[in-house]
Amino acid sequence: MVLSMTAVHRHPVGRWLIWSLFFVGSLLPLGWITLQAVQQKLGADPAQVIVTFLGIWALRYLWVTLAVTPLRRLFGMGWLQRYRRMLGLYALFYASLHLLAVATFILGWRPDLLLRELTERPYIIVGFTAWVLLLPLGITSTQGWQRRLGKRWKTLHWLIYPIALLVLLHFAWLIRAGYLEVLIYTLILAFLLGYRLYLKGR
Amino acid sequence: MLIRKAPDIAPSEITPESIYRQRRQFIKGLAAGSALLMSGPAAALSGSAREDEGLRATGPEWLQKKLEAATASTEFSTAEKLTPFEHVTSYNNFYEFGLGKSDPKAYAQGLRTDPWSVEVSGAVHKPGRYHLEDLLKGVDLEERIYRLRCVEAWSMVIPWVGFPLASLLKRFEPTGSSRYVAFTTLHDPEQMPGQRSRFGTIDWPYVEGLRMDEAMHPLTILAVGVYGSALPSQNGAPLRLVVPWKYGFKSIKSIVRIHLAEQMPPTSWNRTAPQEYGFYANVNPAVDHPRWSQSTERRLPSSLFSPNIIDTQPFNGYSEQVAHLYSGMDLNKWY
Repeated sequence: MVLSMTAVHRHPVGRWLIWSLFFVGSLLPLGWITLQAVQQKLGADPAQVIVTFLGIWALRYLWVTLAVTPLRRLFGMGWLQRYRRMLGLYALFYASLHLLAVATFILGWRPDLLLRELTERPYIIVGFTAWVLLLPLGITSTQGWQRRLGKRWKTLHWLIYPIALLVLLHFAWLIRAGYLEVLIYTLILAFLLGYRLYLKGR
Repeated sequence: MLIRKAPDIAPSEITPESIYRQRRQFIKGLAAGSALLMSGPAAALSGSAREDEGLRATGPEWLQKKLEAATASTEFSTAEKLTPFEHVTSYNNFYEFGLGKSDPKAYAQGLRTDPWSVEVSGAVHKPGRYHLEDLLKGVDLEERIYRLRCVEAWSMVIPWVGFPLASLLKRFEPTGSSRYVAFTTLHDPEQMPGQRSRFGTIDWPYVEGLRMDEAMHPLTILAVGVYGSALPSQNGAPLRLVVPWKYGFKSIKSIVRIHLAEQMPPTSWNRTAPQEYGFYANVNPAVDHPRWSQSTERRLPSSLFSPNIIDTQPFNGYSEQVAHLYSGMDLNKWY
């Protein structure tokens, strides 16, 4: 007999196990890149490798968070809902590390460079804006805040859609040649957002 | 286009291994000795830089001999700290082999660089298809330690081995009407996986060009080696251009055609994104790339917690030698 995830979730041990799996599993990318950096396996420009890696994982976690609703509705994976907050917080986690890595490894916290990048580079302004908007969503992701904000909580968290579009723009704006990767993420996001429009219009 | 014959027999396989080794040892000694005498810029030809012998590209025997006879150019070389061989040969932009920096090293190893021929055409009295070996006959190689500034705002210091492009062009006797030199990289999707991709933005083959006075400038060289050995494929074997005062993409790799032209030739990056990449592409901290700043650069290899950020110099620090070529030109317009 196949043990369904729904069945696993009926048991507290099952719930704890899956939670731990999500939690620890989500730290694996960070663990991997840290190990590579410590072992000096990232080549001539480890800074760029780390920054790109953290950025792409932030994007992936954002996309996965947005995939929870469609997966729930299309495949009856209701149990996933329980982990949406964690996934969203990991998106914020990797986005914050991405930002820290840029400031530390690429710009060396030089005030003139930080100011220049934040005021003159459109793709950085767009990416930074996405992070600034994501921050309050992370802070208000607890049940306490959900209660306190009531109806306004949903309005605030609707921001995740423009944030995703900003992130995509930030990513696409960086490309010098070769659009395959960005094309794939665009198609996935188009589906994730399109599905919501479809649900709304029905 | 390419004359394909004689498969991949490395000269090291023809020469008995033991004799080959002895010869390398002997040369090592010589190189180390001469380095002591000359000191300074001969560093790359010296024994210490040859630690990773096993990773070196060997190249055909005739080329090895020429490389071993190369002299260090003190006049044109910088004394800055060299970017290690390992990084110079594993961190490359060579989109014919993929978009990632490590792709060229991973996918270029099968490139057949010997035999190799170059077509010389256009406004010259002696056009024709020349074997690389013939092109290099009578040419003395020299080591030039140049800064390389990528348009992506990172830079390296690389000991190339090559010869002035001017000396080669003169042999073909350009006619009075030749005003530009156009270069073409090998187009062979079978050998170059990047040329098979349908999602790239570059129209193959890769093309580049120089104005005649830029091409004839003594700093402009054609390189056949790096760090005292033959060029590895990922660095543009067997023949590449090096123009140190321009962004790296001007220094076209794996050249199969040199064409003397009367009109300004098209260049790949300019064709792909004309608002971002001009024909001249001189290193210029005052003119930003539309998407990022060019006022600073990170000298590689960079250490994580103290990124090697340095101010980018006009003409990549070669102003004294080349600024006069552009006097009277608006460099904001002719970027």
